[in-house]
Parts: sequence; C-alpha cells; structure tokens
Amino acid sequence: MMISAATTTEGGASLPLDGEVDARHGPILYMEDVSVSFDGFRALNHLSLYIDDGELRCLIGPNGAGKTTLMDVITGKTKPDSGSVFFGQTIDLLEMDEPAIAQAGICRKFQKPSVFDALTVFENLELALKTDKRTWPTLFHKLNSEQRDRIQDVLQTIALPAQQRQLAGALSHGQKQWLEIGMLLMQDPKVMLVDEPIAGMTHQEVERTAELLLSLQGKHSIVVVEHDMEFVRSIARKVTVLHEGSVLTEGTMDEVQNDPRVIQVYLGG
Amino acid sequence: MNISNLTQDKTYASVLIALASVTLLIPLCNLIFPEDSALHFSAYSVSLIGKYLTFALLGLSLDMVWGYAGILVLGQGAFFALGGYAMGMYLMRQIGTRGVYGNAELPDFMVFLNWTELPWYWNGFENFGFAMLMVFLAPGLLAFIFGWLAFRSRVTGVYLSIITQALTYALLLAFFRNEMGFGGNNGLTDFKDILGFNIQSEAVRSVLLLMTGLSLIGALLLCRWIVNSKLGRVATAVRDQESRVRFLGYRVELFKLWVFVFAAMLAGLAGALYVPQVGIINPSEFSPLNSLEIVIWVAVGGRGTLYGAIIGAVLVNYAKTVLTGLMPDAWLFCLGGAFILVTLLMPDGIVGLLRRRIKPKPTLNATGGQPA
Repeated sequence: MMISAATTTEGGASLPLDGEVDARHGPILYMEDVSVSFDGFRALNHLSLYIDDGELRCLIGPNGAGKTTLMDVITGKTKPDSGSVFFGQTIDLLEMDEPAIAQAGICRKFQKPSVFDALTVFENLELALKTDKRTWPTLFHKLNSEQRDRIQDVLQTIALPAQQRQLAGALSHGQKQWLEIGMLLMQDPKVMLVDEPIAGMTHQEVERTAELLLSLQGKHSIVVVEHDMEFVRSIARKVTVLHEGSVLTEGTMDEVQNDPRVIQVYLGG
Repeated sequence: MNISNLTQDKTYASVLIALASVTLLIPLCNLIFPEDSALHFSAYSVSLIGKYLTFALLGLSLDMVWGYAGILVLGQGAFFALGGYAMGMYLMRQIGTRGVYGNAELPDFMVFLNWTELPWYWNGFENFGFAMLMVFLAPGLLAFIFGWLAFRSRVTGVYLSIITQALTYALLLAFFRNEMGFGGNNGLTDFKDILGFNIQSEAVRSVLLLMTGLSLIGALLLCRWIVNSKLGRVATAVRDQESRVRFLGYRVELFKLWVFVFAAMLAGLAGALYVPQVGIINPSEFSPLNSLEIVIWVAVGGRGTLYGAIIGAVLVNYAKTVLTGLMPDAWLFCLGGAFILVTLLMPDGIVGLLRRRIKPKPTLNATGGQPA
C-alpha cells in the first residue's frame, strides 16, 4: 500500500490522452529558437524546425551539427537553455520528462541499437506495447488476444516472426535495428524519431527499411537522421540540413544538394 | 521457453524439493524419534539450520534487487536488522516480570538506565500482530523514503551502493546509542516466550524452523512469479539499459522503488525469523561487513537466478560455521578469497557451473506458440 502511493505521481494525471495532440494547424512538432550549450559549446543555436503531421522528414548534416542533440531535446533527455518545443498546439514538451513524452506519443530509435539483449524478441516488443505502464498494472499485466495479434503483426512487419523466441542479444546488427523499429511501432507513436536506421545493414535490408519507412508515412510523422545520402534520396520528400546547431536550408533532395552553402559545408568545411 | 530456462527449471525444482524436505523432515524426525536416537536433531542443530534458512531468505531478497533490478545494495543487512528489532521488541515485551528487575512494563535495560516509562515507539509491540506488521513496515518505509530520494535523483551504480553502505553504517552508530531506546550496545536479548510458548523448548525451535522454511518456500515462489511477470521483465530491462526503458514510457524510478521496497520487506521478514532462533539482536547486525557478506553469498551462488542466492547463502554460511570452528582468524581471508575466485573464475557462480555441466540436448525450437 505504500508502494501504490508512488505509482500515482507527477505526470500520470497531466498526460494528454490519445487524439489530444492538436495538429490542426499542420505541424505536429514545433521547435522555436531552441538553444543548447554544453560547457560553452553551442550544440543547438537558435534552431527552429517544424514537422508536419504525417510527414517523413530527413535530417542531414555533418558530424556535430546537432542532430542527436535535437532528438535529445524533443524526447526530454536534454533541457534546452532557451526556446520552446511544442507537440501539437497545446502540449509543452519542455515541462515533461522522458516517460511522459514517450507515453504522449513521441518515440525514438537510438543511433546504437538499444534492444534488451537478455529478453526474447517477443518480450522486447511486449515491453514496448502501448498500455498502462504504471508498476502495479505492469505486475499483473496479461496479454490479451488483440495484443498478441498486434505483436505478431509487428513481427511480420519487421520480418522476425521466426526469431520471436530467441534472445534479442543473439540477433544480427541489422535485425536489432529492425527490432528497435518494431518496438517503436508497438508504441503506436504519433512521431517517430529514427536515428541512423540503416547502420550495419546489408543492401537488401536497406531497401526493405526504405520500403518500411515509406509505408509508415501518413500514419506517423517520421524524422530520420541518416548519413547515407543514397538512402536519404530514396525516401525523402523534404530534407533539412543542419549545420553548427541551426537549420542551414530545407527543401527537396535536389534543391538541397545543389545549394552552394550545403556544398561548402560538406566539401569545403 | 529456451534452453537455459529448461535447465533453470530443473535446478529450481530441485532446490524447492530440498527446501521442502529440510523444512518438513527435521521437525517430523524430532517429533517421532526419541532424544537419544541418531535421527533426532539437537536444539542446536535445529536452530543452526533455521539460521541458514533465514540467511537464504535474506540472500533471496538481495538477488531480487541486485540480480534482477541491477541495484547493488550494500546495505541489505539494515533491513534485515530492522525486521529483527521489530521481532525483538515483541519478544522483550513478553518477558514481563521475569526480567532481572522484575518490572512488568519496562525491559531491563530501560530500568537500568533509570527510565520511568516506555518510549512511545515501543507501544503496540506487546501485540504479535502489530509487531509482525512492523517487521514489514519498518524496513519497507525506510526503503521507500531512501529509494524515493535516491532513484528520483537518478543516483545509480557505485554511488548508490556507497550510500546504502553509509545508510547501514549510520543505523549501526544510532542503534549503539543507549538514548535510542533499543538496548544500545547489548541489543535485545534474554527472550522467554513467543506467543506464550517457551522459546528455548525444542518444540518451539522445530516450529520456528518450519515457519522459516515455509516462509522461504513462499518467498521463492512469489519472487519467481514476480520475475516472470511483465514487471520482472521491465526490471531486467532497467538493469541492462536503464535510459532506454524511460523512452518506452516506463517511470524507471518507480519500478526500481517497487523492487527495492519489496526486497527490503523480504529482508525484514528474514530478520524477524532470525532473532527468535539465535536469541539476540544487537547493533552489530547493521555492520557494513554483514551487508557485504550477503553480496558474496549471492555472487557465490549465482546472481539473477533466485535459487542461486539460496544455495550460496547456505553453502557460505555452512563453510563459515565449520571454518570459524577450526581456525577463527582465517575466515575473513577465506571469504575474501572465495569472492575473488568467484569473480574471476565463475562469474555465474555455482549455479553457472552446474548449468555448464548439465547441458541438455540442443533442441532449439524457434517457432511455435508464445513464450509463457
């Protein structure tokens, strides 16, 4: 009974319900004038970025341009020094911590595949499943048939149904990447932040990842950070180039690649 | 279910059967066979085995929090001692006028200190039910407050381990003070009765052993159920990749707190079962060294398996009984040596060695139904 007091704490009550994200004005994610410094180094410098509802956006930029920091700010890992970050019109992400933001529907795949090696593929997906994530309900949680079907669907999508009872630690690097994407899907997110999804993948896996991401746009807003220009070209409608912590330019892949500033940053910098 | 689960299940079942046999057979033998029979266990050995089983329960509690939630608690002994003190306070109140000073209200040490009335926090402990509640509440509450502050501030790893060590050391110093009202240096002892029965009698010793064994079996089943629940899997995930779990929407600090408080209560129960069997509780139970020993039991037995903690606790303590009898000064060296050997040569402990011995036929079944 003492423990239950702890399970109903901050965040629990103020969480927006599904569908409360107000994206009627177009963008689902607003970052305005955001700055972050680490020991004097400006990781983000008055950055403003808008992601539309259902859009697939690619973020590119040289190392140290602030791509990962940007994801850290959106997911609550890093609090910016100034600026505002809104989810829809009404939800202020700067007032929420990581679990609250995740439950609100912003999910993240990390640069390094971060799956739980000691659990099976099935269990990894089960943990990600969108459901009551407080302690006591988690203790007594039993999967219903609908949820089992959902897990099987995602297993099909990420092409790992045969490996579902293997430990995730036994998967190949590419399979781990897929599993982590599957874990994002299990959370049924509004916004997916996908950091370097194709690192360590074979050519075939890369193609299937591109197909998967393309099939998800519209249903989810997706932000992909990737270095592989060929991959970016194959999926992107709109590309944002980051440089030294702010947006250098935005546009189609062709526009961006022919922009002299971009060429200078990549080649001349 | 994969291969390692199957071997685990076999060892788990063997440990369960062994526990049940010890728990039931020893009291039964003492009931059936006369005192001069070879199958009759002396009061001393009954208490000794009972003590091992309370340590096994204590080891089990640490394995929950260390083996599964990844929190290396170096102060688990503090919760054990608190549970022990709660039981000790009940036993003190049962002495009544039979104490040296014959005071019906006050325990001897209070009369000795010229106290005239019982401190407020001793009220209620004459009631067995209340005392048993405190056996769980006192360690649970301390763990809750401590864990709430530590986990919310995201204190982890070595830093957390060190402050748990400081916690038990602080309690050690506090309980040494006479002004605290817990008997100071001498602690609580000279117990006479438990629930109206003579605590020295052989029958009561057997019943205490039975209760300890049943508690341990119950706790093992409960822990097993918890680690196989979704909460158990979240705990394992927290152990391996804490920050990733946050991004899945779980409040990591509350899951750690849950396991931490649960383990503290289990340790409290172990302490409460320990005190009537050894006949004393004093501040030395808070000694940091005791808490370190618990870690060694779990490491020797095999961390993160539950039954490994039980095997480790019983074996190390048996070795301690034998070796301290043979050469008292060598014990700490043996303990330290065992810890180094286990860390270097068998990172999965004795259980890990067993598992490598009994390898089942490799029948990997990748497809099929859902994992349980």
